[in-house]
Amino acid sequence: MYNAKLTRRTLLAGAAAISTVGLPRFSLADTPTDVLIVGHVAELQTLDPAQAVTISDFRILCNIYDSLLHYKDGSLDVEPGLAESWVISPDGKTYTFNLRKGVKFHDGTDFNADAVKFNFDRVLDASHPFHDTGPFPFVFTLGPIERTEVVGPYQVILHLKEPYAPALSMLAGAIGGLAGISPAAVKTYGKDFARHGGGTGPFKFVEWVSGQRFVLEANKSYWRGAPALSGLVFRPIVDENARVSEMLSGGTDVTIEVPPDNIATFTASKAFTYYQQPGPHLWYLVLNTKTKPFDDKRVRQAINYAINKEAMVKDVLKDTATVASSVTPPAFIWAYDNALKPYPYDPAKAKQLLAEAGYGNGVDVTFYVTESGSGMLSPVLMGTAIQADLEAVGIRAKIETYEWNTFLGKIIPSLPPTVAVAELSFMTQDPDMHPALALRTGGAVNSGGFSNPKVDALIDQGRAETDPAKRAVIYKQLQDIVYDEAPWVFVANWKQNAVSSARVKGFELHPSFTTRFYGASKV
Amino acid sequence: MPGLIFRRLLMVVPVLLGVSVIVFLVISLIPGDPARAILGTFATPENIADVTRQLGLDQPLPIQYVVWVSHLLHGDLGRSYILHKPVMDEIMARLFPTLLLAGAALVMASAGGILLGIVAAVRQNEWPDKLITISVLIGISTPSFWLGMLLILWFGVRLAWLPVGGMSEMFGGGGIGDIARHLLLPATTLAAVAGAVLVRLTRGAMLEVLRQDYVRTARAKGLTESRVIFVHAFRNALVGIIPVIGLQAGFVLGGAVYVETVFQWPGIGRMLVSAISTRDILLVQGGVLIVAAAYVLINLLTDLAQSLIDPRIRAS
Repeated sequence: MYNAKLTRRTLLAGAAAISTVGLPRFSLADTPTDVLIVGHVAELQTLDPAQAVTISDFRILCNIYDSLLHYKDGSLDVEPGLAESWVISPDGKTYTFNLRKGVKFHDGTDFNADAVKFNFDRVLDASHPFHDTGPFPFVFTLGPIERTEVVGPYQVILHLKEPYAPALSMLAGAIGGLAGISPAAVKTYGKDFARHGGGTGPFKFVEWVSGQRFVLEANKSYWRGAPALSGLVFRPIVDENARVSEMLSGGTDVTIEVPPDNIATFTASKAFTYYQQPGPHLWYLVLNTKTKPFDDKRVRQAINYAINKEAMVKDVLKDTATVASSVTPPAFIWAYDNALKPYPYDPAKAKQLLAEAGYGNGVDVTFYVTESGSGMLSPVLMGTAIQADLEAVGIRAKIETYEWNTFLGKIIPSLPPTVAVAELSFMTQDPDMHPALALRTGGAVNSGGFSNPKVDALIDQGRAETDPAKRAVIYKQLQDIVYDEAPWVFVANWKQNAVSSARVKGFELHPSFTTRFYGASKV
Repeated sequence: MPGLIFRRLLMVVPVLLGVSVIVFLVISLIPGDPARAILGTFATPENIADVTRQLGLDQPLPIQYVVWVSHLLHGDLGRSYILHKPVMDEIMARLFPTLLLAGAALVMASAGGILLGIVAAVRQNEWPDKLITISVLIGISTPSFWLGMLLILWFGVRLAWLPVGGMSEMFGGGGIGDIARHLLLPATTLAAVAGAVLVRLTRGAMLEVLRQDYVRTARAKGLTESRVIFVHAFRNALVGIIPVIGLQAGFVLGGAVYVETVFQWPGIGRMLVSAISTRDILLVQGGVLIVAAAYVLINLLTDLAQSLIDPRIRAS
């Protein structure tokens, strides 16, 4: 007969039984040793590099597609890719590419000049039969391409409407991977190409399970030789704590973007390798140069002196960034002005400049802060740290915080007249893009309304000059003027980071914010 | 009974239409749009106009809604701007994981909650009751995302007994045992609060019933204590518990949004979170519609279960 009485003894006995039986230890025994599992920051959105818009997508796509040009390892200098060589016309408007022979797409079809033409026409020509496979939001960054011309089976010309020197570095970037799309795959899948893909790269698409995994396998007949890994699995793990837990428990071999607070956990252990790499990124404060108080250069310089950027980089960002000096990030080694030192932290100097400008009794300003956002690091913490520094010199900032999408709508194309300061960040692959959009008079995202004829002229010259050495001189001049004029507060240049199991060899982060696994292996 | 089912099913249609109008309106009221979400800091007015046109979002909102409803009548929920695939495909891929997680959590919460509630009522004011009451208080006050992280840290990272996230192994996974191992932590997290509510409710309902005359009569007849508790008392207490289980079903479906994020569970909740931040209106619309439909159906089922147990409801 059943006795409903629960005694202390039976309860304890039950608990003891459960604890001794335990559970089998979790293991990844079934994972092949030459496959890497990557903890990725987001779900892949598209397999079409012409449609891709996020860094997290490009980090994956750069393993499936080749561009006409490649970035060299560890730098943003270009080297041959699917194009073996190229010639730029003296007027800077005609780019002739000699393509590599014998390259095949993953589907077995040939890569040639017709394929390149198909790919550019598809995204540029609204009447192209496959133009409706778009939209292609970021293709404009490749430059003002007018048309493409096939000269021979392995020679193709890009005609530009006007000179655009950034074209080479943009073509080598992830969006440039659109040149290496298989036309046969686009024709086969139509709109669903975004879910199937097809390129010439070291890895090819196998399986995509929503919210769970994206699987690639080695392209054994890759033109540069088969990759060492037999496969790659990207797991979308959006929550940063979950990414860390998976890495610690062995559920992933590589984790992209480790939160600053967890870095020490990984660097302290021999079981992990920590990577960091500065990229072309700038975190800055836009100052409204059209209204008081920042219509006065002295006040703009004062706020640059007032903020303790060293402390912010060290304490808030845990050394995942360096202090910025001007508009051009140091990752553009060739164009960065090493001689330029960031504004030092000098509250006394800031107060003096404010007094000279007539703000000896301080000033009230409205400061827009975002909750999160691509490349925005820790915007709320950084915003409050900045607020405290400003308070100390008499700039009383009232913070208003907005969700990223709402925030963008409020500050682009220009800050409201009542708003004096806003956080922002920018990532690009050529030193032209950021000043051209955000500092040029009337620029489309020139939120602070900055205008300087010398800066405008230098931006135009830099865009037309195809000799890299001469371009570098132009951008260094640009940085000096922008530094002095201080239309922004130059705060930080982000260092992207990653961590891998110590078993992973040959993996490196790249300044272009792509993660290329071609050279990686697992021992 | 078939009449009741039919009437209730018919009521689902206006509820879902109402939900879809509200979602459409709310999304359109949030500042920012898909074009801006896609372009980020490159969101120049010209680029926004271009992308908006290419996405077909340049139509006025009422027209967009009418188009959406007319497609819906053909079983087409549209195509996600961000994921470049039909919304229906994405939802179908994610529906099973969410139902599995929510279902498991509900079963755990109901079974555990009712059982502990009965024990607490039967042993009122004794140590099992006190222990259970304190645990319930902790259970109700613990935020799920925090509990989830604690479980991950302890059972996933420290002890390494259970996987810390995902629904199956990347290789060689997908079997029932594999999925069950992955399910245990997220389902426990989700079940904690819902279960605690049910313990309290069951305890109260049982205490009420145990004081009734017919329970005393049953004991006086010489029935065993277990028969008195489970047959006479519990069956009557259940009438008040079942509607709350229905409510808790809504709670676990809602709670799945953050539990799925913490445990990387590939369900609809996680899909909705990212779809809202990218303003992927059709995906949000479709996802919410399916969740609402599931909620309405679960409530229908609880009503039916209640009428099976309680003849008074059947009669009315």
